[in-house]
Amino acid sequence: MINRIWAAGWAVAVAVAGPAGAAPNATEIVEKSQQAFYYPGTDMRARVTMDLVTSSGQKRTRVLTMLRKNAAGGDQKYFMFFHEPGDVRRTSFLVWKHPERDDDRWIFIPAINAVRRIAASDSRSSFVGSDFSYEDVSGRDVSADVHALVREEKLGDAECYVVESKPTQPADYTRRVSWIDKATFLPLKEEYYDAQNQLSRLFTADAIEVVGQGGKKAYPTVVRRTMKNVKSGHATEVRFAGVAYNQGFGDDVFTERALQNPPTRWIQQ
Amino acid sequence: MRRRLAILLFLGASIRGAARADEAAPGALSFHGFLLAETAGRITAQRPPGGDGGDYVLGEERLRLELAGGAGGAQFLAKGELVHDSIGEQFAVDLREAYVAHAVGPVDFRLGRLIVTWGVGDLFFINDVFPKDWESFFSGRPLEYLKVAVDGLQARFSTPLAHAELLAIPSFTADTLPSPSRFSSFFPYAGVPGQRQELPQSRFSNTEVAARVYRELAGFDVSLYAYRGYWRTPSVRLDDPVAPTVATRFFPALSTYGVSMQRNLFAGTLSAEAGYYDSRDDRAGRDPTVPNSQWRFLAGYQRELSPDFTAGLQLYGELMSTYGAYRSSLPAGAPIEDEFRGVLSLRLTRLLDYQAWRLSLFVAYSPTDEDYLVQPEVSYKVTDALSVRAGANVLGGRHPWTFFGQFGRNDNVFVAGRLDF
Repeated sequence: MINRIWAAGWAVAVAVAGPAGAAPNATEIVEKSQQAFYYPGTDMRARVTMDLVTSSGQKRTRVLTMLRKNAAGGDQKYFMFFHEPGDVRRTSFLVWKHPERDDDRWIFIPAINAVRRIAASDSRSSFVGSDFSYEDVSGRDVSADVHALVREEKLGDAECYVVESKPTQPADYTRRVSWIDKATFLPLKEEYYDAQNQLSRLFTADAIEVVGQGGKKAYPTVVRRTMKNVKSGHATEVRFAGVAYNQGFGDDVFTERALQNPPTRWIQQ
Repeated sequence: MRRRLAILLFLGASIRGAARADEAAPGALSFHGFLLAETAGRITAQRPPGGDGGDYVLGEERLRLELAGGAGGAQFLAKGELVHDSIGEQFAVDLREAYVAHAVGPVDFRLGRLIVTWGVGDLFFINDVFPKDWESFFSGRPLEYLKVAVDGLQARFSTPLAHAELLAIPSFTADTLPSPSRFSSFFPYAGVPGQRQELPQSRFSNTEVAARVYRELAGFDVSLYAYRGYWRTPSVRLDDPVAPTVATRFFPALSTYGVSMQRNLFAGTLSAEAGYYDSRDDRAGRDPTVPNSQWRFLAGYQRELSPDFTAGLQLYGELMSTYGAYRSSLPAGAPIEDEFRGVLSLRLTRLLDYQAWRLSLFVAYSPTDEDYLVQPEVSYKVTDALSVRAGANVLGGRHPWTFFGQFGRNDNVFVAGRLDF
């Protein structure tokens, strides 16, 4: 599906998301960044490969299809279908994300054909054993942190806002520093600091491609990203393939029926 | 036995090669499976009389093949196993699940051998009236083996108002109880020379029917259930109560009606379920061979206490109807069930090292039956394809006839390995 990605889209993207006038405040930057990173399009599909790599180089791999649809008021629905590894094959997750209250999450367990609601308590807990948390996958409520614009600087070739965010409630980090691309508002780098103010986790956007849909709208998309646990050396490398936006998924893709009968049209890509 | 295991391993490896080849064309047809080897040994040294396994409760290898695909709007799935019982030195084929599926507008049909799981309980079942394999459960097989498929037709309806599920099961499947050759259990009629089993006949009028209607209601996932069929655990009838020559196991008629609900609460999940078991063959409760009608209910709460550490607490209860009639009809010397049976259970699950390690503990205790079940388990994913698992089943109680108490002589430990392909 890489053929949907066209380099010329860059120009379009810059025009769409580019800065206008004076620098916005830090909260606005983070809001725009969330929109660019977690909300582009009305919906999105991707085949996601996660490599969990230990410091000694041992690798475990999870492969899933992710379908996402935006709803009103910042709500989103996610459908995730696992292809690999074998012991979780055909397992699927349904998440109804609500920014202001606990998400609704269900899991379909194929071995017993059962749909179970799962506790959505800790959004900071690991997503399927990776270095990414649930929040890293589906977004963190902007108001869960207090944001400050600390400086503006270049990261590589990209002009960036550098924003420091501190959680309002105790979390697994005390401070997050984000380099947010002024042109695309995508986060290019995030440093997470622990209670001792030591760097604990490091996020990097390793490859960005502009994904367009039939020459209509184009979305800069982070297609390779890494979250590294700096202290243990463990890292999770994620690749998005076959990214497509505005596919027109019906709401029926995000229901219990779909958990029991996966929408093969969308996941066999 | 070694040679047979080698054959299974070879088969597994060849199939794994074939499965690799199909990855080039995903979607059309998928072919996967696993090889599972498991041994469970009794630690009480109290062997069942006449048993064939000695101190072994389980020793087997299973080659699972799963084939799934679709064409022209229809889908199919087949999960079959070649099972080698290393204790009995026998091979068997176990077709665990196999169906064709077809969607017509808002209705999804499935026809074949189906695994159906209903209700919200954790190992305690009220509205999940489908067969269970308790031998698997008490000997440490993976949890999915507790569920046994039914043969029938399923229709699921999806409407904006509610979802519904309807099942018709023409042929009866009983629970699999721990076999006397591997497990000691409470069976007072073992000495009766003639042992028979009467299954409900596969007649149209005997077709089991199960229905479920569900929807979201004010933040709750709410389900209503109804079932018309049979008790899946046998009752026993004697030809002569004083000097019996034949003990007949039979399955009395049963209807159930119930409700369940589940929702998020205080960052955890709250579950509640209730049901009425209408024992149609003995509504008055005067026939001591047929279970009385009863109410069942449970309430549970599960929450992640810290990242990758989850705790769940559950209360389960059974209340017998027409208890007076039961007590007055009970033959002298028979064990007396309480009017109320309550069980409290706790499940702790801890994931470690990026979820490669999984430690779990399930403890159930009944203050009314005064019996218990303790199941500690640890599993480790060596690679994405290879995992190992070890654990124990510790059961017991004050009386030898209660659900857990009767298996008190079968405490066992198990080790297992699984290779996915």
